[in-house]
Amino acid sequence: MERTALRGRLTWLEAEVVQLVQETARVKTIVFRVPGWTGHLPGQHVDIRLTAEDGYQAQRSYSIANANNNEHVALTVEAVENGEVSPYLVDELVAGDRIELRGPIGGYFVWEPSLGGPLQLIAGGSGLVPLMAMIRSQMSYASPVRTNLVASARSWEELIYRDELEKLSRERDDFDVVYTLTRSQPHGWNGYGRRIDKDLLAASTFAVEEAPLIFVCGPTGFVETAAAIMLELGHQPGGIKTERFGPSGG
Amino acid sequence: MNSDTHLDGNSIGSLLQDLFGREMTDQRACCDACGAINPLATARVYVDAPGHVVRCAICGTVVLVAVTVPTGVRISFQALRWVELAP
Repeated sequence: MERTALRGRLTWLEAEVVQLVQETARVKTIVFRVPGWTGHLPGQHVDIRLTAEDGYQAQRSYSIANANNNEHVALTVEAVENGEVSPYLVDELVAGDRIELRGPIGGYFVWEPSLGGPLQLIAGGSGLVPLMAMIRSQMSYASPVRTNLVASARSWEELIYRDELEKLSRERDDFDVVYTLTRSQPHGWNGYGRRIDKDLLAASTFAVEEAPLIFVCGPTGFVETAAAIMLELGHQPGGIKTERFGPSGG
Repeated sequence: MNSDTHLDGNSIGSLLQDLFGREMTDQRACCDACGAINPLATARVYVDAPGHVVRCAICGTVVLVAVTVPTGVRISFQALRWVELAP
């Protein structure tokens, strides 16, 4: 696909807010129109830069949530308490506002058609964002690879993209999702209600014989646990790609 | 080296791209201390410091440090035996 998405020096581009979507109480998806955007691969991220009137600058990195779509870049951002950048993005930005953005960034934690499938995605919390870009990309292709998502969240209310995931899993036979809600479960919940473990992943992921490509994203502890379990289940180290999200000062 | 405090090489994608002028997280690097060869994305990255400390994922040796100073970002190569640029 677009090798331009993997190459070259990064330059700051002006991005205009065109849409805001409230995902959960503290999480919003912000869609930007970025003139000059060269396209991206699912899994890549961008840098955002805010400049105060006195010239002070703050920079953060966010995963791209949407499939490649002309000049549009969607970021899903959680407002981190006392954070320097994320509360501004989530609480202050309105349509028409402009910020600086550069990217796309990253070539390791990405899916390209040449990699094939099936695709096993394992998400902890907001680690779902780059994996959602992979799901949305797959669902936009004429011949998608079979895709399976294990999504861990604290509660149903805190699970981002839940309506879209529900709809996709109902309508598509090439996409499946398994949820685990670690802190609280809705009344009558019949999904998992605990942190990921070997039994849970063995029962809800592609078998070793299917040789899935595995992408794991989430907080560091979650990622290391999931990757270790997938290795223990017999998957090849080269087939497991990980990305750790952390408290970056928000 | 608490496993809950570090990120990985994906988080320094733009820093590496500033440095090398191309995407680097997928490129392999060799740790000078233990000889392990892995994509830069798999390195451990500690961001608590006033900058980034990059450690080998296998032996923990500090391989690269990037610190923001008033005049710019200063990058110190501590233990990278080599970095590969795939065509």
